[in-house]
Amino acid sequence: MASDVEEWKDELYGTDIRAEIERFAEEGWESIPDDEQDAWFERFKWYGLYHQRAGQESYFMMRIGPPGGVLAPGQFRRIVEIADEFSRGPAENPVFGNGWIDVTTRQAIQLHWIRLEDVPEIFEQLEDVGLSTVQACGDSWRNIVGCPVAGKDKHEHVDADALATDLHDTFKKNEAHSNLPRKWKVSVTGCDEGCGQGDINDLAFEPAEKEIDGETVTGYNVRVGGGLSRNEPRLARDIDVFATPEQAVDVAGGISALFRDHGDREDRYNARIKFLVDEWGPEKLRETLQDDYVDFELETAGEDLREDYSYNAGDADGKHDHVGVHEQNDGNYYVGLNVLVGRIGVDEAYDLADAAEEHGSGEVRLTQRQNIIFTDVPEENLETLRSEPVLEHYSPDPHPFQRGSIACTGTEFCSLSIVETKNRQVRYARWLTQNVELPEGVEDFHIHLSGCTASCAQPQIADVSLRGMKTRKDGEPVEALDIGLGGGLGENPQFASWVTERVPADEVPGAIANLLENFAAERDDETQSFREFVLERDDEELADLVEPEETDYEDPYLHNTKRTWYPYAEDDDLDASPAPARADGTPIPSDD
Amino acid sequence: MTIAVRTLDDGAWISVNDSRQVSVSDVWTLSRGVFCDCEPAYVLLEGFFDVDVDGSVVAASTVGQCLECGTRDSIDRLPVGRMIDGKFSPYDPAGVQWLREPDAERDGESS
Repeated sequence: MASDVEEWKDELYGTDIRAEIERFAEEGWESIPDDEQDAWFERFKWYGLYHQRAGQESYFMMRIGPPGGVLAPGQFRRIVEIADEFSRGPAENPVFGNGWIDVTTRQAIQLHWIRLEDVPEIFEQLEDVGLSTVQACGDSWRNIVGCPVAGKDKHEHVDADALATDLHDTFKKNEAHSNLPRKWKVSVTGCDEGCGQGDINDLAFEPAEKEIDGETVTGYNVRVGGGLSRNEPRLARDIDVFATPEQAVDVAGGISALFRDHGDREDRYNARIKFLVDEWGPEKLRETLQDDYVDFELETAGEDLREDYSYNAGDADGKHDHVGVHEQNDGNYYVGLNVLVGRIGVDEAYDLADAAEEHGSGEVRLTQRQNIIFTDVPEENLETLRSEPVLEHYSPDPHPFQRGSIACTGTEFCSLSIVETKNRQVRYARWLTQNVELPEGVEDFHIHLSGCTASCAQPQIADVSLRGMKTRKDGEPVEALDIGLGGGLGENPQFASWVTERVPADEVPGAIANLLENFAAERDDETQSFREFVLERDDEELADLVEPEETDYEDPYLHNTKRTWYPYAEDDDLDASPAPARADGTPIPSDD
Repeated sequence: MTIAVRTLDDGAWISVNDSRQVSVSDVWTLSRGVFCDCEPAYVLLEGFFDVDVDGSVVAASTVGQCLECGTRDSIDRLPVGRMIDGKFSPYDPAGVQWLREPDAERDGESS
């Protein structure tokens, strides 16, 4: 039997949703009939609108997805202006204030506290500069991710920016691919460093070479069925296909159509293509693709560059992100700036927009590590750029604990999350920076905090993976984290192993400090990376190295933050919620 | 009277009559033997994958983990609330619960 979501999508989905959003916006939040809210909220996702959690009714998260994370000159500033005008909540966040943008792990931007009544105006302002929220959420082609410096990178093998843009232009608002069984995440990697993170996507294009008719052709090998969610992490599997840049869009369309027709529409928990690949195997998938979905002979896989992959590869001297100053292929420079947990306050975001325009081309790119990059900075501007006050906080040379931190949205806004994340990860990073010395030679150390098993912070590919949980401490339920170790990408990607579970959140910084102390004491030598160290040990040995303990770190979010309307409000009780609210912010009284 | 129930948002919610009523990530208290050998078992619900109505009781199928012994398993038909005069009344997760058998005459309830 088809799920409710499938029935709602059958009735109305895709571009037809736009007119309905505008109608509801015109008539106001209260015009959405109570018994239709579930259906409409599900459909709104296709236009990048996600209804916030209980206690925050009538407010939406809005996601904007630029392919490959590339924001052309003027686009970043426009998003900041929109955040400034429309993304203000009824209470302040003690760390970030009120009004910010969130850079996500899929090179998108999220805004919160958006009112439905403002959405048409926001859509107009976005479209005015060539941006869109289309298919940013929902069951379709999500934002296409890839090398954040594609087209400008000295390490580039094939132009990933061109393919990401082609895919975006072809499959956004494309009726044949608008309604898939589930979300569809695509990655394009063009460099020899592997920074597109293809292994954790539904569909991955990875750089390769192939001898065709006596000539060496550069293009892409294709992998399918990666993903991290629901305690069922999978690495994308090699389906033995090479696509030339000219064939890549057709191959992508074929696999997307195959997923559309063969994915499980009866059980949403079994719907992602990773489960179809589990069931079929890569050979049958390739065979079906060849027989039914492309009209040319597929090439077998070419020679890939995976043995050169350095990005998050766990080597002590590898390149792990795009932070810092790096020369482009045209002699200019790109400057990667660290954004702790991906959140930038509106005032500082204006300063960053100014700096990007004054010292570079104004282009701002978003990375899968929640950071931003200014491109096209001439060498002679580097020094003045680095002296900008805003770069003290958004630094090209951050402390490794700041640089390595990623956090998802958490209970601040998300229904699925079990624990508070962003503010907590900021506190963790600050405490670790002040109190823990990294072992000799360790310059990169990734700590990813995800509020639940959906894994939006990609915890399984971090050195230290933190996943939301609960436990009981002194007889009371408290927010806790599972701790995993040794995840990463590279030629031989590895998911973290969950070695210690249900650690009270206030004991996690102490656990990391002890773990690093034990690593320093027991590693073979100073060239051994943390990931190599973890790989040499079994889970039991590793668990012994994690010694949770209370320290002077204080955690203000140990209570059940999900049971609040907003975890940081002075009166955070659900009954004190000002939501739902009308467009002007006045609460709408309950019928009861 | 027809009661519309469904899971929503990737299993984050049980919706009753088009209103998000029961959320994941609460800790439910279950009697010994229902989930694991802990007495009682404090079980964190991590996601709902099904929901149905039996008489007036709304029962959710879910995945959970015991906070004491770490057992992670699915739970079939955990009573999460009941309809009273047409309105949904959620059970208190902290009340001791037992699973509702499909043919049981007695409603699931908290105590």
